[in-house]
Amino acid sequence: MGDFANAVVQGVMVGGLYAMFAIGLALIFGVMKLVNIAHGDLIVLAAYIGLVATQTFALNPLVALIVVIPIMALVGYALQRGLFNRTMGADLMPPLLVSFGLSVIMQNGFLALFSADNKRLHAGALEVASIKLTDAISIGVLPLMQLVLAILVIAALQALLYRTAIGRAFRAVSDDPRVAQLMGLDNKHVFGLAMALSLAIVGLAGVLLAIRANFDPATGPTRLIFGFEAVIIGGLSSFWGTLAGGVILGVVQSVASTIDPGLQVLAGHVAFLIVLALRPHGLFGRPT
Amino acid sequence: MPETPLLAVRALEAFYGDFQALYGVDIEVGRGRIVAVIGANGAGKSTLLNTLVGLNSAPRETICFDGEAIGGLAPHDIVKRGLALVPEGRRLFASLSVEENLVIGGQMGRRGEWTLARIYELFAILKERRQQPSMSLSGGQQQMVAIGRALMSNPTLLLCDELSLGLAPIVVKEIYGYLRAVVAGGVSAVIVEQDIGQALKIADHVYCMLEGRVALSGPAASLTREAIAAAYFGV
Repeated sequence: MGDFANAVVQGVMVGGLYAMFAIGLALIFGVMKLVNIAHGDLIVLAAYIGLVATQTFALNPLVALIVVIPIMALVGYALQRGLFNRTMGADLMPPLLVSFGLSVIMQNGFLALFSADNKRLHAGALEVASIKLTDAISIGVLPLMQLVLAILVIAALQALLYRTAIGRAFRAVSDDPRVAQLMGLDNKHVFGLAMALSLAIVGLAGVLLAIRANFDPATGPTRLIFGFEAVIIGGLSSFWGTLAGGVILGVVQSVASTIDPGLQVLAGHVAFLIVLALRPHGLFGRPT
Repeated sequence: MPETPLLAVRALEAFYGDFQALYGVDIEVGRGRIVAVIGANGAGKSTLLNTLVGLNSAPRETICFDGEAIGGLAPHDIVKRGLALVPEGRRLFASLSVEENLVIGGQMGRRGEWTLARIYELFAILKERRQQPSMSLSGGQQQMVAIGRALMSNPTLLLCDELSLGLAPIVVKEIYGYLRAVVAGGVSAVIVEQDIGQALKIADHVYCMLEGRVALSGPAASLTREAIAAAYFGV
């Protein structure tokens, strides 16, 4: 029983990280119907930028976020204005294919620059610090921080979307991109800002991931899948649904791994397939 | 020397791919004037308005607004110069509340008579419903939001595309009552309408379009029903 409870608690923590992978994807799809296959590789890019920043300036990885997040936001804006905006149109396929190509290029670029070796960001004592709840359950400070940060990011994003002019612009462009231009909105700029915001969140998620686990040039696609699965399980209607999707995925994986460590990844995919079969619009989404 | 018109459209052509929708259209709108553009479905009326606001491409010199050639500029550039469109079918932003729809119309920051308070004064019902989702309103109320959204940018030229579309006759009458109050304030307007009666009542000048061309034009008072019917149907 203690093992099970512990597995659930750990799964919830991991779920926060999965949710952070997923929010950026959901935001981009929501605003501009872009399915970004390179999202996972951009997480890895953030991890490498974090690695370079920590090594160059001898920073703690969490302090390095001050550098990584703005850089990722700039990368996002430039990527959208320079590349994705040229592919946007009525058809969803061209931007998807371009993002697939970008994914391949990025993975090979990482390989050329950083070799195939596993890398990790070291955060010192924080990595092993934990809070003991009961004899069977203790919570790592780092995983707890990830969950709390995920909740804060989602709360901030909801506030931005529903209480600010830029959030209103995101929603208007998403509703009707043609008419949104008549409100004086430059859709290309709005898309750029949405991608910048998405990749700022990726910057945070990438550094947290790299503190928690090893990464290498090919890590991206598996992170992408967890992100996608969290989005689909939660449904596209709200970012809180996405958080729930991430937590469900994390818990299923964590519980399955107590039965057999080999089941961990498979169980997550199976849970995702079950949700997709029974509720294609997600657990918290509305049918469209 | 005669005053230059607020809007001058010269030999405008428009295409959808290989399909030509406008063939050399000439239209003028004087300052403070109300111009009606009438015509059957597919005559090119909506294409004309969409081209004016930059949603369709056009050669620069074919559209002059306020003394400046604006053909083919980006829509967000054009609307900042003082053109506003009430689009066909209203096209409110579904995920925005009534008030957010109005506020986003005014975010370009063009100053003038129209503020949120003035819109609520004109359309009192919208003030009561301001927190509601825009699509929860009746068709007539949605049309009020669409007009209010366009007015919030304080345009010098208001373009209205089929205000009567999908509305009951009594509601159409009400909406045109509001429009009369709006244009009395001095804004110029182009009214595209299939409801010829409404168009003739409010306009100073009428253009009748047929298959992408202007088939008839003249001061509203001078046109006979017979002449309009002939131009409308091309008989």
